[in-house]
Amino acid sequence: MESQRSITINGNRLSFSPGETILDVAKRNSIDIPTLCHLKRALPSGVCRVCVVEVTGARNLLPACATPAADFMEVQTESAKVVEARRLIIKLMLSSGNHNCAITGSDTTDWTRFQLSVHKDDNNDDLCPVWGDCRLQDLAYRYQVSADGLERLPCPYPMETVNPFIVRDFSRCVQCGRCVQACNEIQVNNAIDFGYQSSRTKIITPGDRPLKDSDCVFCGECVQVCPVGALVEKNARYNVRQWDVKKVKTTCSYCGVGCQLYLHVRDGHVVKVTGAEGSLPNDGNLCVKGRFGFDFINSSERLTRPLIRKDGELKEAGWDEALNLVAQRLGTIKDQHGPDSIGVLTSARITNEENYLAQKFARAVVKTNNVDHCARL
Amino acid sequence: MTNTIACIEKADVILITGSNTTENHPVLSAFVKRAVHFNNSRLIVVDPRRIKIAGFAHQYLRPNLGTDVAWINGLMHVIIRDNLYNHDFVDTRTVGFDELKQTVEKYTPSHVEKITGIAATQIEDAARMYAGARVGSILYCMGITQHVSGTDNVKSLANLAMLCGFLGVEGGGVNPLRGQNNVQGACDMGGLPDVYTGYQKVISPELRAKMETAWAVTGLPDQPGLKVTHMVPAAHDGKLKAMYVIGENPLVSDPDLNHAEKSFENLDFLVVQDIFMTETAQKADVVLPSCCFAEKDGTFSNTERRVQRVRKAVDPPGEARDDWRIIADISLRMGYNMGIASAEDIFEEIRKVTPSYAGISYSRIDKVGLHWPCPTDNHPGTPILHKEQFSSGKGVFHGIDWIPPAEQADDTYPLYLTTGRVLYHYHTGTMTMKSEGLNERVPECFVEISPQDADRFDLEEGVSVDIASRRGTITARIAISDKAVVGTIFIPFHFARAAANKLTNAELDPISGIPEFKVCAVSLSRAA
Repeated sequence: MESQRSITINGNRLSFSPGETILDVAKRNSIDIPTLCHLKRALPSGVCRVCVVEVTGARNLLPACATPAADFMEVQTESAKVVEARRLIIKLMLSSGNHNCAITGSDTTDWTRFQLSVHKDDNNDDLCPVWGDCRLQDLAYRYQVSADGLERLPCPYPMETVNPFIVRDFSRCVQCGRCVQACNEIQVNNAIDFGYQSSRTKIITPGDRPLKDSDCVFCGECVQVCPVGALVEKNARYNVRQWDVKKVKTTCSYCGVGCQLYLHVRDGHVVKVTGAEGSLPNDGNLCVKGRFGFDFINSSERLTRPLIRKDGELKEAGWDEALNLVAQRLGTIKDQHGPDSIGVLTSARITNEENYLAQKFARAVVKTNNVDHCARL
Repeated sequence: MTNTIACIEKADVILITGSNTTENHPVLSAFVKRAVHFNNSRLIVVDPRRIKIAGFAHQYLRPNLGTDVAWINGLMHVIIRDNLYNHDFVDTRTVGFDELKQTVEKYTPSHVEKITGIAATQIEDAARMYAGARVGSILYCMGITQHVSGTDNVKSLANLAMLCGFLGVEGGGVNPLRGQNNVQGACDMGGLPDVYTGYQKVISPELRAKMETAWAVTGLPDQPGLKVTHMVPAAHDGKLKAMYVIGENPLVSDPDLNHAEKSFENLDFLVVQDIFMTETAQKADVVLPSCCFAEKDGTFSNTERRVQRVRKAVDPPGEARDDWRIIADISLRMGYNMGIASAEDIFEEIRKVTPSYAGISYSRIDKVGLHWPCPTDNHPGTPILHKEQFSSGKGVFHGIDWIPPAEQADDTYPLYLTTGRVLYHYHTGTMTMKSEGLNERVPECFVEISPQDADRFDLEEGVSVDIASRRGTITARIAISDKAVVGTIFIPFHFARAAANKLTNAELDPISGIPEFKVCAVSLSRAA
């Protein structure tokens, strides 16, 4: 038998298969290596370097996401050198933009000045729109990093708010490239990429046009994968806080793909939708309708009371009156003209349970097989 | 679908026809795009419109409307002529090959070119690419089915897949993409005139007896009922007196709407149960307010036959009620007690009477859905159909000849019209049009026309035009687009105010009863 390949991580000897990265092996063995830019199902880009680890014999720290595991490799995931490097990486990211959460060194007057300038940029005097729902903030807490003492450069690009779904706040972008990978490698809409260079790097559409005038189809995958507050749903921005919502997993009600999604509910209303990652068939992906087309649920045009036509007009009525009328009229028509004078159209929109009951009603109660739905339409 | 959505990424050739995949099944289209970009899969797109997914294709074939049987026969002609078919599969798993061979013999590439407008060389190339695959997947949608020859089209695609042995294997299959969240479930649950749940036929005395016992009734009707497309004419003729319409909006989605509207007005009694005051509800005698998906528990079955949970997240508005409760309440008042108190109660009853759902329960699909058939509690479900054999034993080849669409363009109606959806709206728009953002992206109806036809009729972008067919007229704005091919325009059917279905032809496929939404002849003129 061929001897098993093995790698040592934090003193644990672990087997691996060819092609696995250090991160893959660690994940499989519940060893936590923090990541930021790493995106499931996309090629490792190694851009952010948060996942760097120390490999015995290597001159530099290596990104765990992009380094293949090798036989006899010895890896330290939280050595002093690793932690120091991560702290610096996080500090640089924090200082790169409007990351106005409390971790940005709140003891100095700098903080006040910074807050006020961010409030002005945001036209809002609250903390960051993704406070409490931010990978960078999590990492800053974990490694106790603040952006104290580093000079903040103003962001050269204004916020983009001209489309109905997504706010692009370049001042909070850490250029991790997750949105670019989500757009090009996961949804393959090829709408955005890295543009310009060095300190002017920006995620752009071809020609740096606004999303609404580009190939963007507003699937919102970029928003879902953004680890910071750079890409946020327009309607949820500053309006929906993660700690205020209850998430309910369900199935999308648009096309037949049956995407698994979370409805984010606050005060009895659906206020946001996200794709359920790790669930087939969509593994977190959604389209514009599934992610942004939920306004109908809370629409003021919803029917709320039964209506009965009286003197040619539909007028509100009680349930008992309406149900009695339906039962009585259907009963009479059945008696007078036979069961086949009645037709039931059930629906491709309602549940299996309701469809079952509708056809049972037609067959067992009305005694007709005149039951169909709009599969053909 | 015979196979799963994830399976698409396992195909080395994907053939998409009659499906505007990126707009109507965007998430599924990503599987195709990833396969092409990252797995080196080949993609063949056959569609009368140069849709976005065609931009990802290695071969794009543009057939004239309603000529699908012809080009599919053309591919099979080449595959048989050049001996590229799967002899093993054909010999062991199928019958009727000789009949097929005889039929497709006359569909030489040059003959097919005359019918379809697809160049003979393209037919040859596409045939070799598809048959040359290790495993190929066919994806299709309403562009295949909504024709008078819809059933023929589907059977032809099945012929093609069987000929190459691409059924019952991972990455293969003949895969219809279901357009609505629970079309699959509505069919599985017996929301069809000829079958109970799980496609158990109503004409079978044994099955009828089984259902009578399960439901504690006698005298279940023994003949198939009317399809929706026959109910409407029956209402028109006064044979159908009452309709109970649940969650559907036929007065926007049906063909030849002017006729449909008269038919609905002719009913003695119309009940509509819905979440909005739809065009159909406006005609009703009684309107019953129901819950939307976010307000109910239950299950949907997706296009890959996966039964998945729907969970209540919010309360319904006002006095709106669950659809199942309303149906049960009406039943009770008509003297029949459904005897259920929750969605799960109903599901348990479904399992008892439906062999293909018998092994599925709420607890089993709590985290991940199961694919039917799933006959027992420990059955893993069936992601891929027809693995060992077809449900009826051997796969049957049908020799099918092409028949032209019901309506042809002529001097009075010189253009062809085809209909469909756009990315930002859904069916009759009752849900999507409540979203400002979606409305901002596509605020109103439009006529997609090729630059050449726009020139020919002297029409510029945005100008308002009257579009007329033999059945009606609507007004919409011109949108000049490279998607459109000369001689054919496209109008989305979402918009009640400019309802494309006032124009469409109600001529039906004789077997499926599906209307020919995808082909009719129209004229264009600048609106007054």
